[in-house]
Amino acid sequence: METLGNIHSIETCGTVDGPGVRFVVFLQGCPMRCLYCHNPDTWSLTENKKYSVQDILEEFDGVKEFVKGGITVTGGEPLLQINFVTELFKQAREKGIHTALDTSGVTFTPKDTKKFDRLIKYTNLVLLDIKHIDDNEHNKLTGYSNKNILEFGRYLSKNNVSMWIRHVVVPDITYKEGYLKELGRYIKTLKGVEALDILPYHDMARGKYKELGIEYPLENTLPLSKEEAIKARDIILNEIKQKKPD
Amino acid sequence: MGKMVKTDNIADLQQKKEAGSINKSYCTRPSLDGIKNIKPTDTKSEKKLFAETKFVSGKWNTEINVRDFIQRNYTQYNGDSSFLADPTEATSKLWKECLDLFEKERNNGGVLNMDTKIVSTITSHKAGYIDKDLEKIVGLQTDEPLKRSLQPFGGIRMAEGACESYGYEVDSNIKKIFKNYRKTHNQGVFDCYTPEMRKARHAHILTGLPDAYGRGRIIGDYRRIALYGIDRLIEDKWEQHASLDGEMTSEKIQLKEEIAEQIRALKQMVELGKIYGFDISKPARNAKEAVQWLYFGYLSAVKEQNGAAMSIGRTSTFLDIYIERDLKEGVLTESEAQELIDHFIMKLRLVKFARTPEYNSLFSGDPTWVTESIGGIGVDGRHLVTKNSFRYLHTLENLGTAPEPNMTVLWSTRLPHNFKRYAAHISITTSSIQYENDDLMRVTHGDDYAIACCVSSMRVGKEMQFFGARANLAKCLLYAINGGVDEILKEQVGPKYRPITSEYLDFDEVMERYDDMMEWLAGLYVNTLNIIHYMHDKYCYERSQMALHDRDVKRYFATGIAGLSVVADSLSAIKYAKVKTVRDENGIVVDYIVEGDYPKYGNNDNRVDELAVNLVKTFMNKIRKHHTYRNSIPTMSILTITSNVVYGKKTGNTPDGRKEGVPLAPGANPMHGRDSHGAVASLASVSKLPFSDAQDGISNTFSIIPNALGKDEVFMGDLAICLDGGCCIDNKNEEI
Repeated sequence: METLGNIHSIETCGTVDGPGVRFVVFLQGCPMRCLYCHNPDTWSLTENKKYSVQDILEEFDGVKEFVKGGITVTGGEPLLQINFVTELFKQAREKGIHTALDTSGVTFTPKDTKKFDRLIKYTNLVLLDIKHIDDNEHNKLTGYSNKNILEFGRYLSKNNVSMWIRHVVVPDITYKEGYLKELGRYIKTLKGVEALDILPYHDMARGKYKELGIEYPLENTLPLSKEEAIKARDIILNEIKQKKPD
Repeated sequence: MGKMVKTDNIADLQQKKEAGSINKSYCTRPSLDGIKNIKPTDTKSEKKLFAETKFVSGKWNTEINVRDFIQRNYTQYNGDSSFLADPTEATSKLWKECLDLFEKERNNGGVLNMDTKIVSTITSHKAGYIDKDLEKIVGLQTDEPLKRSLQPFGGIRMAEGACESYGYEVDSNIKKIFKNYRKTHNQGVFDCYTPEMRKARHAHILTGLPDAYGRGRIIGDYRRIALYGIDRLIEDKWEQHASLDGEMTSEKIQLKEEIAEQIRALKQMVELGKIYGFDISKPARNAKEAVQWLYFGYLSAVKEQNGAAMSIGRTSTFLDIYIERDLKEGVLTESEAQELIDHFIMKLRLVKFARTPEYNSLFSGDPTWVTESIGGIGVDGRHLVTKNSFRYLHTLENLGTAPEPNMTVLWSTRLPHNFKRYAAHISITTSSIQYENDDLMRVTHGDDYAIACCVSSMRVGKEMQFFGARANLAKCLLYAINGGVDEILKEQVGPKYRPITSEYLDFDEVMERYDDMMEWLAGLYVNTLNIIHYMHDKYCYERSQMALHDRDVKRYFATGIAGLSVVADSLSAIKYAKVKTVRDENGIVVDYIVEGDYPKYGNNDNRVDELAVNLVKTFMNKIRKHHTYRNSIPTMSILTITSNVVYGKKTGNTPDGRKEGVPLAPGANPMHGRDSHGAVASLASVSKLPFSDAQDGISNTFSIIPNALGKDEVFMGDLAICLDGGCCIDNKNEEI
């Protein structure tokens, strides 16, 4: 039986989710409830817009001249629909399309990696969103532990999968030198990290929350300035560059 | 030295006598004072300063052919922007003075000063300056910066209205002359309008017609003045005049008279040069003169024509040839070259016209559409990017961002990478660049065309167009449903065809009625424009611009449509959903209720995109059925960039669910918010529209926040490279 994907929307001019101009598929549904989430409209697991792999690749075909970067699957949490993503990536790779997966890694199961083993065979790049390096804080921020997430990074590293590390820097939550340094030290242990994508927290999603009738969780948090984001980036980079004590 | 220019007889004779002395003589930088003082008899010094000898000769020496000159002489530039120079002290100071003037103008209610007594002609005013000592390029429309000139030939009432709305009054004598003795374009048009035309105009199904203002959209080949000097151009025009001897048909007489007017304009351009202390009867001898000569041509045009778009052409690569040579000769530095371009662009930013508030609301501001076309690819495959292409864009950094001149990059996938990068950089930092598809237009117009206004392409000096505003196809659809009754005025405006009486709209029935109504509209539209252009030629002829054209120009008869996406979505709603009519007490449909969902234009969905494509084809074919003034070639545009707001105000509820007064989408854009699959899908829908049926251009207005264009320095790509060497992520040998 053909696997259908539960799709939130498609963006045909994605410029921030992987290399080049990309065809970005937003999958519906996410278990996490990150306080700063800017796509609360993708949380629900019951919203329904079904697409087959074929549907998506056809739509991609219609604009392929312009989206030379490839396909990025994001969400929501795309790994909730790992079978669908795997099938999509498999067929995309057969056509020579570059595939990128933007994920929090929260669904990773270190003890049973069979499904993931299959997925990464067809994945050119993983954009790994590390929400918080500190497990306790991660819990507060997202409702989940980060143990499996960090394991997922190590798993990708071990399997030589290219990675971009994405990290949202939020005042008072992740914008703290100690945490940033710790994140740097973690990244340092990984192979295949090609880029560090610092995302300064913004509050442009307020409107969406209002529309959905959900209270905005970070009512009193100000957006992070670009200067602060660059500072955060430098702290992480510096830590990565630190020579390890022999 | 054998192949010499034939542009000037005196120079030519001298060359024969003095062959061999040219190289040496040009090496010294000519003093500008010296240039001003050259007398016609001083042939020796003139000879020595003559520049053409350093150019590769060709067809351009024996005929007026700027393109040939460019092709043989331009220097491609593939490098990056690092060579560019900052503004000079004079530039910064001068621009500061301009900004002060702009502020004064704003504080003064939008206009600094207006001419009420002097009818503007090429030579009507004495020299005007911003700050004479600082200006490297000179010339203003009147004798003071930002003083708006009086141009009543399009219509005296428009000129009066423009003055009155800013608290000025046109001199009573001028009023008397233009009301009693001298007819205007506007009067001529209204002498011939039929009642039906007046009604259609009143109801705004035909709208924005240039019947009371200058039609614009004609680009003189201002480069010719720099390359040939006016004397040579006059000589050429006399030859053209003589070539029209013989059987005197009305067409020939018209053209002959026009050429005589062109010659008169050329002579006045020489006078204009003299007013500012230059002799432009001879070719430009260096970069500074080339810019100045060219600008005098443009200045003549804007002194006499308050056109809806007064575009400058394709000048950057042409001027680069002079700059490049002066740089090589060591008589010009990069900083001085940039200064010339900065000052030239500054002048273009100062171009202003006297217009009424209604006019400004139609065009959402006070635009002049000084469009300059930059880049593109030559038919021989070489790109046309030069250092000067960079310098033009760089003015947006040196002088700051501005909507005018309208910098337009003729985009091709084959433009050099560094230029693309720089243009993208300037786009991100200034939001002031327009892009047009050179790969598409080159096929029709070759490699020396330019854009008039926002999208109208024409070969410079060889093609022109009759601008024809637009027909509102959304309103036409409503007429089809209501049997020609205007949904807002509730009057019979269109022909009294059978209205649709059913409660739910049937697609086939609507299409049949719509086809008939478009047939009527196309005929009325073309004939209205025939009158307008006949009268414009007669009473408000663009002699300066046309003097810088060939004798036999190709004329485009530009029509336009508004409301494409509203109609496409409306038809889609009727076809794929159910559309219920809501009628007033007289049975006129005043609203529509859409039941269910339907495919919307702008999502790369063929079901609806094809409706849009067919609409363009159908209406264009109906236009083609009619006689067009001066055997012009009918074209169509889909390009309402600003007036879509006004058109929307005058258009009732539409079957797609759009409410009365809501703006139509600009140009070929999808309706606001209905393209849900992102920019590329939206653009893919637009790109299906056939250029061959919309040859005057298709526009898509695309707004994007800079951050959505990609990552900035917060993002660290190429980590592996960045961390190379001692600081690399040291994990090569460590397995976890």
